[in-house]
Amino acid sequence: MKTIYTIIICFLLANVTNAQERYLTKNGAVTFFSSAVVEDIKADNNQVLSIIDAGSGKMAIKILMKSFMFKKALMQEHFNENYVESDKFPKATFKGTIVDFESIKITNLETKVEVKGVITIHGINKKIVIPANIIRTEESILVKGEFNLFVADYNIKIPSVVAKNIAKKIKVTFDFNHKPYKK
Amino acid sequence: MKKIIVTIFVVLISAQIPAQDLLDILDTETPETDNIVTATFKGTRILNGHSIENRKDKELEFIISHRFGRINLGFDELFGLDQSNIRFALEYGLNDDLTIGLGRSSFEKTYDGFLKYSVLKQKTGENSFPFAVSFFGSVAVKTLKDYDPVDKRTFAESLFYVGQVLIAKKVSPSFSFQVTPTYVHRNTVRIAADPHDIFAVGLGSRIKLTKRVSFNSEYYFAFDESKSIDARNSLAFGVDIETGGHVFQLILSNAITMIEKSFITENTGNFFGGDIHFGFNISRTF
Repeated sequence: MKTIYTIIICFLLANVTNAQERYLTKNGAVTFFSSAVVEDIKADNNQVLSIIDAGSGKMAIKILMKSFMFKKALMQEHFNENYVESDKFPKATFKGTIVDFESIKITNLETKVEVKGVITIHGINKKIVIPANIIRTEESILVKGEFNLFVADYNIKIPSVVAKNIAKKIKVTFDFNHKPYKK
Repeated sequence: MKKIIVTIFVVLISAQIPAQDLLDILDTETPETDNIVTATFKGTRILNGHSIENRKDKELEFIISHRFGRINLGFDELFGLDQSNIRFALEYGLNDDLTIGLGRSSFEKTYDGFLKYSVLKQKTGENSFPFAVSFFGSVAVKTLKDYDPVDKRTFAESLFYVGQVLIAKKVSPSFSFQVTPTYVHRNTVRIAADPHDIFAVGLGSRIKLTKRVSFNSEYYFAFDESKSIDARNSLAFGVDIETGGHVFQLILSNAITMIEKSFITENTGNFFGGDIHFGFNISRTF
């Protein structure tokens, strides 16, 4: 009988901790800007998935490339067809850890942190440290920030004819409002 | 002993749940969405004929197309470059699915207007659909006065109509094809034996050579043909070269004309006899 209790308690504990510890968003925002001589290009994606394990500070992000919206439909087509090759590489991902996550107290104050991990774009993995701001409250973890990416790091080639239209350095901003995740 | 085993077992199971990869959780949480297949063809034309691709909402495209004379005219005519048929057109996306176009060809001073509507889209994902279907309709007016003055033609008598169902499939990122049942009606024909109505079917394909260059081919088979001319089916090969806002198409075709009613029903060039017209389509999207 005692054994059965142990089993039940173990399961309960496992489930309770899970339910409380994970925070998820399915409509995180990622925007990128390319500012070049001829034109500025901007694309928004408001369907980014992000999850944080509050127990360990681990974080994962999944971005569907086809969900990036451009002002011009033709740009969007070129982005998917010629640059990031969305049929071959449908998603970009990030997997890493928020450094010193356990020291972030539940307040309404913004805390500067670093998120360390591996980013995967266009099938290329790269180690990266992303600066971010976190606001942790009882019912949410808000993570936002911005950083730069170099197109060439991800084996994305910009032909010389459009070199004046597309920047080599892309500014990326993100804003994820994670809510407690229940299965 | 039994207790210990059970405890270990339970601990293992419990430990396994948090060990599940966070990215895997995101995969299971990703909403199932329809994924519309895009860029079946690069341009709104495969070569001479229309592809299922439309101009997008509020986009205006200016297209200049040229077909030079026959290559087998030889050096004296600089392999056909001395002659040229030009069509320029403005094509506008009323919305993402409906394009309207107006064009003018120098050949027989022909004006044409068309509507192209995307009815069904090829999709993957939850509501997948294996191919795309568009409807195309055009009216052309021949304004060249190549008739006997006593036979003066009315406006209605100078009209031609074309209806097409464009059925296309992007098989892989590098291969797409299209089947195009076509109906052409001509209000006026040269001799009584010429049919007013001609049915035809078009076959077109695109093979991507590199990210920005593809090899296209197109063939229209007509089931009836005019008796007054040595009518031949239209055959064309070409490459699409894409640069930023342009698609540049280089074409070898046995037709000198660029609108459906002409290259499908009035074509006399023998491709393998060297009656090949070099040409290009340049489009600029605003």
